[in-house]
Amino acid sequence: MAALNEEQTMIREQAKSWVSEQAPVRKFREVRDSGNELAFAVPTWQAMVEMGWTGIIIPEEFGGSDLGYLTFGLILEETGKHLTASPLFASALVGATSVMLGGSEAIKQAVLPGIVAGDQIVTLALEEGPRHKPEATALTAEKSGNDFKLTGDKTFVAEGMSATSYIVPARTSGVAGDTHGISLFLVPADAQGVSRNAMHMMDSRGYANVQFDGVMIESGNLLGELDKGFGLLEQILDRARAGLCAEMHGTASQAFDMTLDYLKTRVQFGQVIGAFQALGHRAADLYTTKEMTRSCFEAALKTIDDDADNIPEMVALAKARVGEYLHEMSCQLIQIHGGIGMTDEFDAGFYLKRARILETSFGNQGFHRERYARILGF
Amino acid sequence: MSEDLNAFRSDVGDWLKSSFPSSLKGKAAEIVEASSERDGLQGDALEWRKALAAKGYGAPTWPTEYGGAGLSHPQEKVLGEEMSKVGAINPMIVLTGMGITMVGPTVLEYGTDEQKAKHLPGIASGEVRWCLGLSEPNAGSDLASLSTKAVEDGDNIVLNGQKVWTSGADKSDWCGAVVRTNPDAKKRDGISFVMLEMDQPGVETRPIKLISGSSPFCETFFNDAIAEKKDLLGKQNDGWSVVKRLLQHERQSQTSARSPSIKTESVQDMAKRYVGTDSEGRLDDPDLRARLVSHLMDSKLHNLTVERITAEARGNVEVSAAASILKNSATRVAQTRSELNLEIAGSQGLGWDGDEFTRAELDNVRNWLFGKAISIYGGSEEVQKNIISKNILGLPETTQKG
Repeated sequence: MAALNEEQTMIREQAKSWVSEQAPVRKFREVRDSGNELAFAVPTWQAMVEMGWTGIIIPEEFGGSDLGYLTFGLILEETGKHLTASPLFASALVGATSVMLGGSEAIKQAVLPGIVAGDQIVTLALEEGPRHKPEATALTAEKSGNDFKLTGDKTFVAEGMSATSYIVPARTSGVAGDTHGISLFLVPADAQGVSRNAMHMMDSRGYANVQFDGVMIESGNLLGELDKGFGLLEQILDRARAGLCAEMHGTASQAFDMTLDYLKTRVQFGQVIGAFQALGHRAADLYTTKEMTRSCFEAALKTIDDDADNIPEMVALAKARVGEYLHEMSCQLIQIHGGIGMTDEFDAGFYLKRARILETSFGNQGFHRERYARILGF
Repeated sequence: MSEDLNAFRSDVGDWLKSSFPSSLKGKAAEIVEASSERDGLQGDALEWRKALAAKGYGAPTWPTEYGGAGLSHPQEKVLGEEMSKVGAINPMIVLTGMGITMVGPTVLEYGTDEQKAKHLPGIASGEVRWCLGLSEPNAGSDLASLSTKAVEDGDNIVLNGQKVWTSGADKSDWCGAVVRTNPDAKKRDGISFVMLEMDQPGVETRPIKLISGSSPFCETFFNDAIAEKKDLLGKQNDGWSVVKRLLQHERQSQTSARSPSIKTESVQDMAKRYVGTDSEGRLDDPDLRARLVSHLMDSKLHNLTVERITAEARGNVEVSAAASILKNSATRVAQTRSELNLEIAGSQGLGWDGDEFTRAELDNVRNWLFGKAISIYGGSEEVQKNIISKNILGLPETTQKG
């Protein structure tokens, strides 16, 4: 754990006890079993808003507490441990970051206080295909007088059914694959021509397909510069990835703790199975990786708070390595629990399914390993 | 606090200006090499050792009464930073063998006032070189099964037996040996830690040639070797706790990345030089490129973890359980790097000697071979995993029978 200040320690303790008492995995199971289209419990979300979690990275002038990304990460670790479902990450981190980095003063005024209050849910509608490839953006935004006309589809949009607005990367010039010619727009979910339907992913969280059928958007809703949105998008994505890594590490840590507990209590051949050296060494390896990967996602969040110049390098490292750890840990969670781990009644499956979604989001291990090589110049 | 540190920094800077001989600038590798020989330091290097010793900067955090400078850990860090700015190194770490890194800290913790006064100043000044007699031919990873016999005889203890892998024994003045003082007790209960002089008829050393060529390792034979009873460190028959502490110091000293003072080419630059790149600037061997990414990520992760653990301890750099984790990860990074060095250079990386090969290529081969020892010494990789699973994770002991 990074050396924390008093406020951060307090927030972490609050998050730890609230999540484990008020939003444990059992609550997630209830939501899943209910078939609720939003895929989160509204009272859970409201409680998060009341605790001020939606304002952690938002400046005080817009109602936030401006405590930074590392602090946000502390909360995401805890929600990751218990698979707490809510739009917290999608809106209060990714949506808020997009507006903070790219929004005009008017947009910030109009959106950020609403994100803090929880009555606006702003989510990034980026992907258009199965593989994360931001420069492949093809949805068009055609200049039409003072407005832009958006046409195309977005998919795998996190919290897409509850969103009140979307951040939409669109092509304003060039062709899919060009980094130049991408622009970002803020699009209200209730704008004429926007339609959506729920997608059912294996982690039972909220996702949507969103269709934009000639949606007219004022030029005032442009985030950043016309045609030069790719750089802004990368900045947003790196902050999103770093936050996601905190959540992923929380999920993996919980899987580790569940596994360690089982190693100490499950008896076979007349002894607890943790007494077998094969399993003791495996646990030692998994613990070692847990400690090593903690260092990289904390460092990534810190580079963002420090506005350092090596954010892409640190984020690529963290997303690749925390992803790899979560992958292995989610497999070992099932393997070491044996038969019980295969049952739906036990929670292990939730962690395994969530793990693959998190690994894939915003670029999988391979994506970020390739990126790391390029950043290091080979 | 930071004002005091700044004042200290400027004091150190002034002192270095007047005391560090400019002739030694950029000679770090030469000084390290000379320090590994008995009386190897001459001229300005010798003067530099004496200047360091006079200030207590050879063992900066030790108390002043025992030859240290009584510095706090943040001050020690400042001292290191200022020294590396001017290209100065502390030769005591090499000069004293196991003295600064392992024997000194353990004597500080377990020694009587008399023992501290007798042994520490010679280490702090770089004048007394120490080796450690731990492993035996039949006690490697299972160190507690050692059988070197130690029997009381008046004010003395008489030692008989054989130690192996005693690093630097042939050049050392003193030895810290772990011996069996009670053969009837359970194996961890009859062990004592004793310090003895090497220059005596009962001690014989023999260097060991390794797969990499000559090495600092020796076999050490005790035939009625004499130690004084007052040089027992810790209680008689309670030497195992001393040894455990000693080994923690050893792990701790093996956790840091390799010496930063000697700059080497980055592995990716080396790869580009031997292998070449494609039209997009990517290394022209995709499989190697993928493994290089893994290695560089491992290396970065290791360094970040050392930084994180140091920051969390807020300057309190006590030996910690994390040392087992770091020892294993440092090992993996170092060994993988060595394997990559060979692979990258192809057949040119496989020479033994001769003008067809560069110094660096030949060094890489020897370092690769010697590096196989890293996961064996100081508690093997597997022993570290036992320590992690038992001491950190609280899983049952898997290696103790009876």
